[in-house]
Amino acid sequence: MTEKVLMKGNEAFAEAAMRGGCRFYFGYPITPQSEIPEYMSRELPKRGGCFVQAESELGAINMTYGAGAAGGCVFISSSSPGIALMQEGLSFMASAEVPAVILNVSRCGPGIGGIQPGQADYFQATRGGGNGDYHIPVFAPYNMQEAVNLIYEAPSLAYKWRTPVIILADGMMGQMMEPVALPPEKPALEAKDIASQADWAITGYDDRGGPQNRRVVKSLRLQPEALEEHVEHLFARYAKAAPEFTRYEAIGLEDAEIVFVAYGTIARLTLEVMDMLAEQGIKAGLIRPISLWPFPEEAFDKIGPATKVVISAELSKGQLLDDVKRAVCGRFPVELIYRTGGIIPTSLEVTEKAKAILEGLQ
Amino acid sequence: MKPVFTYTNGMLPVSTHYCPGCTHGIAHRLIMEVLEENGKLGQAIGVAPIGCSVMAHQYMNVDMCEAAHGRAPAVATGIRRVHPDKVVFTYQGDGDLASIGMSEIIAAAARGERFSTFFINNGIYGMTGGQLAPTTLIGQRATTAVEGRTKAQFGMPIKMCELLAQLECAVYVERVALNSPANIRKAKKAVQRAFAVQEQGLGFSFVEFLSTCPTNWGMTPSDALKWVDEKMIPYYPLGCLRDPEKEASK
Repeated sequence: MTEKVLMKGNEAFAEAAMRGGCRFYFGYPITPQSEIPEYMSRELPKRGGCFVQAESELGAINMTYGAGAAGGCVFISSSSPGIALMQEGLSFMASAEVPAVILNVSRCGPGIGGIQPGQADYFQATRGGGNGDYHIPVFAPYNMQEAVNLIYEAPSLAYKWRTPVIILADGMMGQMMEPVALPPEKPALEAKDIASQADWAITGYDDRGGPQNRRVVKSLRLQPEALEEHVEHLFARYAKAAPEFTRYEAIGLEDAEIVFVAYGTIARLTLEVMDMLAEQGIKAGLIRPISLWPFPEEAFDKIGPATKVVISAELSKGQLLDDVKRAVCGRFPVELIYRTGGIIPTSLEVTEKAKAILEGLQ
Repeated sequence: MKPVFTYTNGMLPVSTHYCPGCTHGIAHRLIMEVLEENGKLGQAIGVAPIGCSVMAHQYMNVDMCEAAHGRAPAVATGIRRVHPDKVVFTYQGDGDLASIGMSEIIAAAARGERFSTFFINNGIYGMTGGQLAPTTLIGQRATTAVEGRTKAQFGMPIKMCELLAQLECAVYVERVALNSPANIRKAKKAVQRAFAVQEQGLGFSFVEFLSTCPTNWGMTPSDALKWVDEKMIPYYPLGCLRDPEKEASK
């Protein structure tokens, strides 16, 4: 039986990470996720884990890289400008194939922006803010329960596929309270078992029978042919992992006049919008990407001939829209409904805008 | 016949890419020799920097991790937390440690992280071709200061040992030089002390090696060794600034 408790989002996220086996957290305070380092500083030591308050997000991500390279199960969190600072480390980790789970409780930008919830980190998360040819899988939960489930599952996916995994949860989810079912505690990997279970981990070669089994975690490849080969290796693995990471929910696509595409908090609001439109005789469906990278393009093949328009609904100025257009691939008109700057539209506002778009097509 | 000097198992049997007269090789050897003598090669985890020693992991025969420019102390912090019983060290140059990585080294030292940092100070950016480093001496020429460093334009060179020695948890801090057999013997003793302090769990340990870069200094290797004596040591005095043993006996 899973227990259901009323928790603040950020604390539920931290609890889910620990229950998923994470024992190392490196953090730096930033609104709206500071409850996470606070919670971790209290709770991790009780589970034999380790909390370090880093000197900066750069420090935090590089501690994460070190701990992940050493085979530790790491979960960290930050918010948009802090995640921007972490991009150097994320690029290194992607190349060196070092696993970790990184939660972005996102706010709005650009620059220091504001502290209200936003989704304007879509490009940052899905395109990679660091240098080079790489990708990082991104999950975007739409409510606290889904966030808890994904954070709980993410460490094993990160370990299996030797990659950082990003959870993009906007500030609304971090700050709200909701009843949530917490999953059972998974056993954590102990230091003595790392050498046998993490086949990349640097632990000192005595654990592996001698210097012939020495390990180096690196991203430097000065020979162009060697670097190209490594990039091909990374992308071959992305292709292999894609079926396991690609996730979405499709609701009522078959005879929908309008198909919304939305993730995170605005996806939750869109469910209300669909009801409001239905009351007015307009049938609307929803494609809700749960993975933003890989983007669930296959969901768009399920859109039926009744559909007149596909609408990207987002808390950013047409970032998700790019992927929606690519997935629609000219089959339907694509429109955008958005608010940015930290504003979450009301369901009535989205309903009215959707109706206006539909009328404009006729 | 009894051999009096051999290779250390701590170094892989390969040629390094270092220029003739560069003292990186000596620093590598001293660290690895001490680990071998301590029987710790197989329990050691090193962190290599960005700079001339970016390929240290191809020479040092221990498990190693590459770090982004300046971030080695943060990476070592993460490694140390996962493996509290292993020997952890970073190897960093002056651009890496005293410029772009200043925040990481100060924070790690302030936290008293239980690892050892070996700092190569040759007063210049080597890998990128001789630009001014935070440690470049007044009057010393660099490709970004062709007339030589002036205080007015660049400020004064940073003395890392003196700076770190002010931090309570940086418990062992010593500056040595690699320009003569006598100084190299002292340098080895400093490496031994740094690892001993780490193994005793006393806090952060730091050894600065005054080193040469004949290529970017535009000198012969032998002139470069003399230059360490004549120019570097007067500004960067050798000696131990912090040692828990000495402080206990005070």
